[in-house]
Amino acid sequence: MSKISLELGSGGRLMRDFLAKTIVPAFADPMLGELADAVHLPGGIAFTTDSYVVDPLVFPGGDIGRLAVNGTVNDLVVAGSEPRFLSLALILEEGLETGVLERVIRSIRDAARAANVRVVTGDTKVVRRGQGDKVYINTAGVGRSVAKPRLGRIRRGGKLILTGTLGDHSLAVMLARGDFGLRSNVRSDCAPLLFLLPLWKAGALWMRDVTRGGLATILSELAERLPYPVVIDEDKIPLSRPVRAASELLGIDPLYMACEGKAVIVAPAAKAAEILRRIRRHPLGRRAAVIGEVQDRVGRPGELLLRTGAGGLRLLEPLTSELLPRIC
Amino acid sequence: MCLAVPAKIVELDESGQGTVSYLGSEVRANFTLVPQARPGDWVIIHAGFAISVMDAEEARETLLLFKELAAASRR
Amino acid sequence: MKELRDPAAIRKLLGDIEERAKRLARAPRLMEVCGTHTMALFKHGLTPLLAEAGVEMVSGPGCPVCITPNAIHEAAIAALTGTEGLTLAAFGDMTRVPTRKGSLQTAVPARGSRLKLVYSPEEALDEARRDPARDVVFFGAGFETTIPAIAYTAKRAAGEGLKNFSVIPALWLVPPALKAVLDAGEIAVDGFIYPGHVSAVIGAAPYEFVARDYGIPGAIAGFEPGDILLAVRSVLDQSIAGRPEVALEYTRAISRQGNAVARKLMDEVLEPFDAVWRGLGKIPKSGLTFRPEYAALDAGRRFGAPGNETGLDLAGCRCGDVLRGVIRPEGCKLFGKACLPDSPLGPCMVSYEGSCLIHFKYGPVRRARK
Repeated sequence: MSKISLELGSGGRLMRDFLAKTIVPAFADPMLGELADAVHLPGGIAFTTDSYVVDPLVFPGGDIGRLAVNGTVNDLVVAGSEPRFLSLALILEEGLETGVLERVIRSIRDAARAANVRVVTGDTKVVRRGQGDKVYINTAGVGRSVAKPRLGRIRRGGKLILTGTLGDHSLAVMLARGDFGLRSNVRSDCAPLLFLLPLWKAGALWMRDVTRGGLATILSELAERLPYPVVIDEDKIPLSRPVRAASELLGIDPLYMACEGKAVIVAPAAKAAEILRRIRRHPLGRRAAVIGEVQDRVGRPGELLLRTGAGGLRLLEPLTSELLPRIC
Repeated sequence: MCLAVPAKIVELDESGQGTVSYLGSEVRANFTLVPQARPGDWVIIHAGFAISVMDAEEARETLLLFKELAAASRR
Repeated sequence: MKELRDPAAIRKLLGDIEERAKRLARAPRLMEVCGTHTMALFKHGLTPLLAEAGVEMVSGPGCPVCITPNAIHEAAIAALTGTEGLTLAAFGDMTRVPTRKGSLQTAVPARGSRLKLVYSPEEALDEARRDPARDVVFFGAGFETTIPAIAYTAKRAAGEGLKNFSVIPALWLVPPALKAVLDAGEIAVDGFIYPGHVSAVIGAAPYEFVARDYGIPGAIAGFEPGDILLAVRSVLDQSIAGRPEVALEYTRAISRQGNAVARKLMDEVLEPFDAVWRGLGKIPKSGLTFRPEYAALDAGRRFGAPGNETGLDLAGCRCGDVLRGVIRPEGCKLFGKACLPDSPLGPCMVSYEGSCLIHFKYGPVRRARK
């Protein structure tokens, strides 16, 4: 590939290849080589970074500012750290209305407050009209390490817990872009997942927030690293009514739709029920459910499988391309 | 190519435009292909157009059939 | 309608199917010709379940994205890249098909032009009404399910005197394609699952020639797992009785007569012609084009798509063979190697209803070795 394609940004195979062939060899750093979203540095500090380029800037349930805080906060939480500080880098396009920018800044402030993090440093650049898409934001996050994910401790019988409904953010953004004649009260689920932090002590072994690529992509990547296949149950996956409706009308699969306030947690069988109870006590976790398990009755190591509502079984692959509403 | 869903007509005007409700979401729909449709009817919606009016009696019978199949399976 | 997905009911139907399949001289092979059926079978994990019950499911030319030849896709790209200030409106997965000029998604629009994804042809018409100074070209692709909606939109545009709205048509008819597949004789098919929503428009009569002239049974099916299995069971019953027909197994949604209003509208605006299909070549009276009175709305000609060119597929792509049911996707050397969902070489790997993409995403599940 001699030119960067838009597909690369989808986060699928092309992105993984790019990282493996271009980024990792350039630095030959064992920490970077892990390609973790957040890393634990010596001294008990965790560190992460993420950039936000969502279009449109504002959508039901949030905006790019709120996303920029919660996305980075959540990366720290699921890596086992308590978020403390953020940097905030803004790349602004010439001609952006100051009213819009002020709204975004206020969202950042409000989200940071809600997530108990301080924005302590940053940068602002302005690029010529046409060279940026109104606002691009990068946030780097620093947190206090409280736990480490223990992939190696995941055994047969380990349970997968999903903290809530899939796809709300993705649908909210899709409809904000071009409404397809669909009137829906869907709202982005953009929110901080701080309430998951105590679960590390309660026995959680691994967590990931369900962002770009959706649940199927996140769990495919997990399954690849486990000695046993993972099976999830279609019937157990919580979906909001708007997402269920839109997915059938527009032909998009909720298993691949991004969220911005949901996580999947792997817990040992013995601890799963208690962990689920604790998640459900929180307003953001009311629809949490055990959706699957690590097992060896069907499939092969490395595989992620879905037991369909009709009783069939199928293989789930990571997302490979943009989700487009299909009609035919 | 047949991606279409059953939805209930919420409103319908003389020009053939209106909305259907599907799992609580409302979709704009065009009813000119089914002039016999009335609010409250269920239709098959494809690409924003109703292409067929559903038969409530047949729907009931289909549901019954499947309930029986499920019961037979459990015996 | 969750009863149609009830695992207990599904199990019962599969049991019935297995029992009937055993009574036939050879394991039946059934062909469905609707991308949405292909998708439903895989999405619900039905194909392996049917295989275990002794029935092999094969896909025919049922995906309009796939059977539209590259010449027409390239015409749409030409519209977007070659004309300033134009909106090219299209359905989602039409926009990712790779051609020599890239896809609609990757092509660089001319100055002031843009690509707009739509769910309904009416959204394209609304665009045209919104700004009469701006050209809107709608890439209208589909089978008989979608054609009436496109015909209606064209008729409205003409009726409202909209000078800025036109359509690149890629309109395909199912029954002639069925005949072409049967006449090609490349693959032995023991029964058909007919597309339920196409049938909502055309009814049951257009398929009767299959039973009458070829002696092959078939059933019109809906799209829930239960619907499809009911239709499979019906086809096997017909085989056992030696009485092929066109059974209707989607009675809640459609009638044997179909939708006469929709057909009349199609007939008013469009007329059949001998269209060229990817993979199947030219099939008599298998496509629809605008009648002379509506020629002003036909953007196909304007951008170089007489619809009669063939070839232009990217080298090595065997989408045509897949569409005829002659090979499975796995039979193509490029499948899963050079041709992947994020680097597709042909539309069968692009479209959500393309066999290759479906086979890639929803591969077979193997039991764990014990």
